[in-house]
Amino acid sequence: MPSHSFILNGTQVSVDVDDDVRLLWVLRDLLGVTGPKYGCGLDVCKACTSHINGKAFNPCSVPVSQIKPADEITTIEGLPATVGQDLHPMQEAWLDQDVAQCGYCQPGQIMAAVAKVKQVKAEGREITDDDLDQIRNICRCGTYSRIRAAIKAGAQQM
Amino acid sequence: MAEQRRSPDNSDTRPGGLRRRRFLGFLLAAPTLAIGVQLIDPKQADAAVPSPPLPEEIFDLGDLQNLAAAPTAGLISVVVNADGTASFAAHRAEVGQGMTTAVAMMIAEELDLPLAKVHVTLADARPELLMNQLTGGSNSMRSIFLPVRTAAAIARQQLVAAAAKQWNVAPAALSTANGMVTHPNGQSAGYGALAVSAAATTTTQVAVPKLKSPAQFTILGTPRNRIDAHDIVTGRKTFGMDMRVPGALPTMVARPPTINGTVVAVQNAAAIRTMPGVTDVAAVSHGVAVRAQTFGQCIDAIQALQVTWGPGTVDTQSDASVLAALKKAELPMVVPPLLAQTVDAEFTFAFASNSPLEPDNAIADVRADSAEIWSSLKVPIVAQQEIAAQLGLPPSAVTVHVVQGGGSFGRHLFHDVAAEAAEISQRMGKAVKLSWSRTDDFRQGRTHPMCTSRVRANILLGNVVTYEQRHTSVQTSFSHGLGEMITSTAAKLPVAGNLGFAETIFELSQSSPYNFGVTTQLLNEVPLEFNTGSMRNIYSPNVVCAQELVVDRLAAKMGKDPVEFRREYLKDPRLLAVLNKAAEVGDWGAKLPAGMAQGIGVHAEYQGAIASLVEIDCTPATVNRQIQDGIGGPRVTKALIVVDPGFAINPRGLEAQMIGGMNDAIALALTSSLHIKDGIPLEGSWDNYFFTREWNTPLEMQVIVMPSTSTSPSGAGELGVAPSFAAIACAYARATGTMPTSFPINHGTLGFTPYPLEPSTPQSPVDGLTKTF
Repeated sequence: MPSHSFILNGTQVSVDVDDDVRLLWVLRDLLGVTGPKYGCGLDVCKACTSHINGKAFNPCSVPVSQIKPADEITTIEGLPATVGQDLHPMQEAWLDQDVAQCGYCQPGQIMAAVAKVKQVKAEGREITDDDLDQIRNICRCGTYSRIRAAIKAGAQQM
Repeated sequence: MAEQRRSPDNSDTRPGGLRRRRFLGFLLAAPTLAIGVQLIDPKQADAAVPSPPLPEEIFDLGDLQNLAAAPTAGLISVVVNADGTASFAAHRAEVGQGMTTAVAMMIAEELDLPLAKVHVTLADARPELLMNQLTGGSNSMRSIFLPVRTAAAIARQQLVAAAAKQWNVAPAALSTANGMVTHPNGQSAGYGALAVSAAATTTTQVAVPKLKSPAQFTILGTPRNRIDAHDIVTGRKTFGMDMRVPGALPTMVARPPTINGTVVAVQNAAAIRTMPGVTDVAAVSHGVAVRAQTFGQCIDAIQALQVTWGPGTVDTQSDASVLAALKKAELPMVVPPLLAQTVDAEFTFAFASNSPLEPDNAIADVRADSAEIWSSLKVPIVAQQEIAAQLGLPPSAVTVHVVQGGGSFGRHLFHDVAAEAAEISQRMGKAVKLSWSRTDDFRQGRTHPMCTSRVRANILLGNVVTYEQRHTSVQTSFSHGLGEMITSTAAKLPVAGNLGFAETIFELSQSSPYNFGVTTQLLNEVPLEFNTGSMRNIYSPNVVCAQELVVDRLAAKMGKDPVEFRREYLKDPRLLAVLNKAAEVGDWGAKLPAGMAQGIGVHAEYQGAIASLVEIDCTPATVNRQIQDGIGGPRVTKALIVVDPGFAINPRGLEAQMIGGMNDAIALALTSSLHIKDGIPLEGSWDNYFFTREWNTPLEMQVIVMPSTSTSPSGAGELGVAPSFAAIACAYARATGTMPTSFPINHGTLGFTPYPLEPSTPQSPVDGLTKTF
């Protein structure tokens, strides 16, 4: 069985699994990292949003064979370490706004928010409602207004 | 035995005497202090139920649940641990509504303990609780507010007694705060140090102290964050999908192309068993189960399975045939139209899905003589009974654990996935972690069924003199325990005759808030065998939407402003107050550009009163904006909800429920529905079932919680949906000049390409790395 290696939340890991198994299942079912959630497996709901080399992506739609040994995969569990804090400023903003209801989508929401803010900052501008409208992550509890407030507040602290 | 004293009468002055409840307190035999309470004298409540003209106004669904819970509500216990924390295993489900936070607040308040030191877990199925372990009808806070507080107050009293005994002082001289008992001389002890000495070796009855009055509250009634917020934002909160039980490998089911279809033959089971990761393949009632090392490998197997399917239960049904069946079943109006003075309207509401974001899942480990189940269940006792019967085991051999749910919206009232997991585990002889796929959830999961609502109102001499509403629906299943609850309380209900479960719930949850003279609201059901169930707020979103659209029509006919008209006709001063507040804060009547308009809706249910005011943008530029793999359409740009919840336990949590209700309403009014074609919904993902997304959510969202009008909380989890749906529909009518009669308004256009029906779960994409940002 093929072996696959990559950097997961700062640690090099390897796993023996067939090439086409999507990374989400490698993380959740084989490595026990359950922050990225299964909501559709179709790259639609975005509940599994994580980062690859600092950019948002959805591991439900990436075969593990496409991940290279030097690729840095960051899930919600590893997000605070990327800023050397107990919590990332976006997580703090999420707490301040008491965003979560059931909480199932929120790891993905936070990971998407961090990437979106970084993207906008790289373009040298502030985050706008139009930027927020482009985030596709579903919140079936409908916490959107608090998500939007938290992203704007978190962006100020990033 | 100590003299039993009355807990303070609730000052709720409504005629329903259910709130004047009394409790017995018990010091339970346990290693540390443990307090149990039991409700007594439910007959008092029984005698207080008056005979009403409209049932819901004085005896609603929540009262029914309170009454059913009465004989056993007390069998709950608060434990004070040796580390100074308190524990409570809640007999309700947590699915995002914030129940655990509210319960922790109740205990912290009466125990004088910091909120962070209260641990709330979810109780396993406890058959001895009978009907008092059902989470639904927005009833949890209403039914456990007094029992839980009473248990905590007794615990505080016993800690004080233990300290008084140790220090040889009078209990009255001691005070409590912040998890400490203190004497004026400076002596003090933490609860942890007292928890063991306060413990009992035998269970005895103890006095029930007076509960705090609202004026004494420092936690209840104040805005608090969720107690699980930190776990959520760090990814540590463990949902059913995240649980690991030894041997319980990922399992999915290949399903038939029509609802409730069956397996005739599996052509290639042996080949499937040799696929990578696959351990087991087994045909079950409604599909072929595959167990594998990963869910991905289950999905691979579903792609490869060759199965001959038998028919389902509604194979010949499509949207048009269901609508035709409903029209045929509509009950007649009684009052003839008064020609020009009549408003006649008919509305159609499409099938909607109550699927939460976390797919339905359950872990089952079925052995020869026992079984253990883990799942998010709102009626775990019924799940335990029915799964035991299905497995051929006594209920006592089936342990049912209630786990944290990633949403519910009515879905988890039923235990379909837990029963299927048990069936598969028994068939395979191994533990399984079953997840339905997203597509399964939409296509085979329960739905809020299609319904129509006809309304006729007559105006005579400048007054509305009749209002008739005839609601016709595909039958809604209430076989999850509420039915048993109704049966057990049938003699005490103020609805006459032999109404069925659904009709009873309809009558207990619906009432017109207007003085419209002769008023009748009736439900009739069509027995088509879809998989149905309650969806957040059950009938009210449809009934109230139809009602409020007609109210706007009546106002227009009489030349009155919609808010002014409602002021004249509303019966309930609490509704009038929220209406007036909404009109004031929402700047009702503000001039808006062409294609934009305000709309307002009001509703009273679960003893709460609420008004929603929205502004909608129906301009072509907005309606026709391009959304990739989604739909734009009209956008609610501003939303305001004014809510009178009686007493708001946690205003921040209440506000969250209102925000959620508004986004639900936007979906129901504008975008989300299931299209039934040849016995199955076409929707298969969240890019088909258009629940509200960021591009459709209001840019401004405000919630105002009115000052307390009661010492009791109303129900809140569902309250926001109906008036918001109505407000959006009314705003749409005013913005476009045309009253919508079919919901959601985009249902007539299929805005996506459906996934094939087979394989039942589509394969996951492989191009995720091309979409990074």
